[in-house]
Amino acid sequence: MSSPRDVVITGIGLVSSLGEGPDAHWQKLAQPGLQPVLEAARFAPYTVHPLPEIDWNLQIAKRGDQRQMETWQRLGTYAAGLALDDAGIKGNDELCATMDMVVAAGGGERDEAVDAAILAASESRNDRDVLLNEKLTTELRPTLFLAQLSNLLAGNISIVHKVTGSSRTFMGEEGAGVSAVETAAARIRSGQSTHVLVGGAFQTEHSDMLLGYELAGYLHRGPWKPVWQRQGAEGGGVVSGSGGAFLVLEQREHAESRGRKIYAELGPVVSGRARRSRGELDAEIAGLLSRAALPNGKLLALSGASGAHAATSAEKTALDAVGTIAARGFSTLTGHMKEAQFPFAVALAALAVDRKAAYPVFDAAAEKPFEGIPASVLATAIGYHQFEGMALVKSA
Amino acid sequence: MTNFRDHMGRPIVAVTGIGVVTSLGVGKADNWAALTSGKSGIHPITRFPVDHLNTRISGMVDFLDSSAKGASPLTYELAETAAHEAVAESGLDSSDFGGPLFLASPPVELDWHERFSLYNSDKQDAGAERLLRVARGLKELDIFETTQFGSIADRLADRFGTRGLPITLSTACASGATAIQLGVEAIRRGECDRALSIGADGSATAEALIRFSLLSALSTHNDIPEKASKPFSKDRDGFVLAEGSGALVLESLEAALARGATVLGILRGCGEKADDFHRTRSKPDGSPAIAAVRAALADAGLGKDEIDYVNAHGTSTPENDKMEHLSLSTVFGERIGSMPVSSNKSMIGHTLSAAGAVEAAFSLMTMRESVIPPTINYDNPDPAIVLDVVPNKKRNAEVRSVLSNSFGFGGQNTCLVMAREPV
Repeated sequence: MSSPRDVVITGIGLVSSLGEGPDAHWQKLAQPGLQPVLEAARFAPYTVHPLPEIDWNLQIAKRGDQRQMETWQRLGTYAAGLALDDAGIKGNDELCATMDMVVAAGGGERDEAVDAAILAASESRNDRDVLLNEKLTTELRPTLFLAQLSNLLAGNISIVHKVTGSSRTFMGEEGAGVSAVETAAARIRSGQSTHVLVGGAFQTEHSDMLLGYELAGYLHRGPWKPVWQRQGAEGGGVVSGSGGAFLVLEQREHAESRGRKIYAELGPVVSGRARRSRGELDAEIAGLLSRAALPNGKLLALSGASGAHAATSAEKTALDAVGTIAARGFSTLTGHMKEAQFPFAVALAALAVDRKAAYPVFDAAAEKPFEGIPASVLATAIGYHQFEGMALVKSA
Repeated sequence: MTNFRDHMGRPIVAVTGIGVVTSLGVGKADNWAALTSGKSGIHPITRFPVDHLNTRISGMVDFLDSSAKGASPLTYELAETAAHEAVAESGLDSSDFGGPLFLASPPVELDWHERFSLYNSDKQDAGAERLLRVARGLKELDIFETTQFGSIADRLADRFGTRGLPITLSTACASGATAIQLGVEAIRRGECDRALSIGADGSATAEALIRFSLLSALSTHNDIPEKASKPFSKDRDGFVLAEGSGALVLESLEAALARGATVLGILRGCGEKADDFHRTRSKPDGSPAIAAVRAALADAGLGKDEIDYVNAHGTSTPENDKMEHLSLSTVFGERIGSMPVSSNKSMIGHTLSAAGAVEAAFSLMTMRESVIPPTINYDNPDPAIVLDVVPNKKRNAEVRSVLSNSFGFGGQNTCLVMAREPV
């Protein structure tokens, strides 16, 4: 039974190594045996899925705005623009001014050259705190700080796309993306919002972004493998990717009244925090599956599994245990996109529902085929280190 | 019979616990005594050398165990300390809180001391390559955890037994207010009976100071530190970087009264509006801040004549104080000249991610104590800003309702309306 306050998806903005936009992603991902786009040399021994070539001008018209951002903010602002365009909201002042926004964000890029110079100088200086003051006061570009601030991705979206109803930034890796979607959906269901822009971006082609994983040894090393096949390989199993995913979530009544195409309905969004050191992850994932109101029969799942050994293995075991789930580990083809991972999973799930077709297996050795029309699709994000979430996306 | 629903039919949200830490001290009692006696917590920086720095003063919290241990450990301890005070006051179980956690905290980065020690633990390669190689050989997770944006909230969730996936957020200098707003909204939507909202910021590192300094945001009045923060004064020249934390236990009024809790105040309304003008400056007509104030009043169901006091954002930057005056005078009209409007930041500096929560805590105490903390250092009024800033000395006054403003970089504007009584 549909209700006027259902949450529906009316706009999708995607960027990954595979290209940009929902159509490009669908066309690529629907090809059986698609090979990932990989960059294995630049950050060796790590492999990453790099950004495609992007003409920033298409979504960020002013060069001055582009200059104020580094790649991460540009990428997010760009993906947000794609979603707004797709929903027919871009350029509509009234809809933008009343639109709420929840962005899942980490931090922006540091100046690698300045950092490297300070580190090099630290080898021959004992007064390192003074060295820091000396170098940072003279070599930091003043506005770089703004390109690093977590909430300035949202700030730039306000400036460039004029989304100004409200602006909130959630932080905390995959969990931030889960909470962003969950909060946006709750606002719409309760009547607090009629339309919300929600999503995130991750630009992995920067040493600090790799360091954020590698301080705990999470990155996969050596030859690339599909996401389900990294257990036992060298390193920690995560292959990261640059990308962004934004969704326009809308109250069904609001979308229908303006005659918009609806990709899919966003059903239950569930989240959790297993105390993994106490061995709670298996039970937490099982609990989320039971709270996600899964339909009977076979079910397609877009899994955000990162490849991190423990979390990925726990997720695989839990999904297999249901028996009827055909999972697609999309990180095999896009890499892990941290804060953008869950919005990306929801977007791919919505595309399958809309196109009335399942994705072929992304990894023939580990994934089961799915025949027929997927009326509901599960999206998951089990954090590589902490926090878990799922959503059920349904035909509208 | 008590009415448990507000003017829009939503559960009324009560405050049943308050905690606070600033450079003035730990806890409500010490902070309130200092605030109402017009004492400043701003002092010379001793945590790191100040060579080459234009600003050499701050409102850092230098008296906690983690004060010298880096931004992540200190932010955790600040959050934990304030939350402990708040939860204890509420009478709820401090290890099984049973509601969601909303944490406003600064974005995290690998601390420079860690960077230096990782880098210099090896000789091979250089730059990032060396750091990455050393990183993957680490056996402990301590350093890793300081770089994960969700880790502080994860630890707090363990410590207090909060429910579900904790939300860590940043809306820059409005973050603390947003954390409270998220808690209020969760209770109003019926998702929970109680929420723990915390704003904490222990990120006053040398790099943070330099970054704000390069944007010309900080006061350089180093000679008499306690005089540097002078909101609404003609010679104000920037904010004073500071640390602190504020925590509120929020509960539906119905649940609070049902368990016999003491109601310390009501979180009556929240309003926000994003600005699309500039990354650090507000739209010249002040319309987003004006819209945020009006949205908060509307959400609270109060008219503009029903606000007794404004706890100003009042950062002491030339830009903020001018814009805040413009927006307040637009909303409140002529009455603004006779309404008390004071800035806690004159004494504690700008606690950034914590500010909205710290100032909400002080706003609630203002109503409970019937004392308005002053704006100190108001010796040279800005003639363009005609406000009753409660200059230099506290004032005894009945305060039934407070508007607390928070504005931040990135076009963030969030306002809270608090009331002493439920109706």
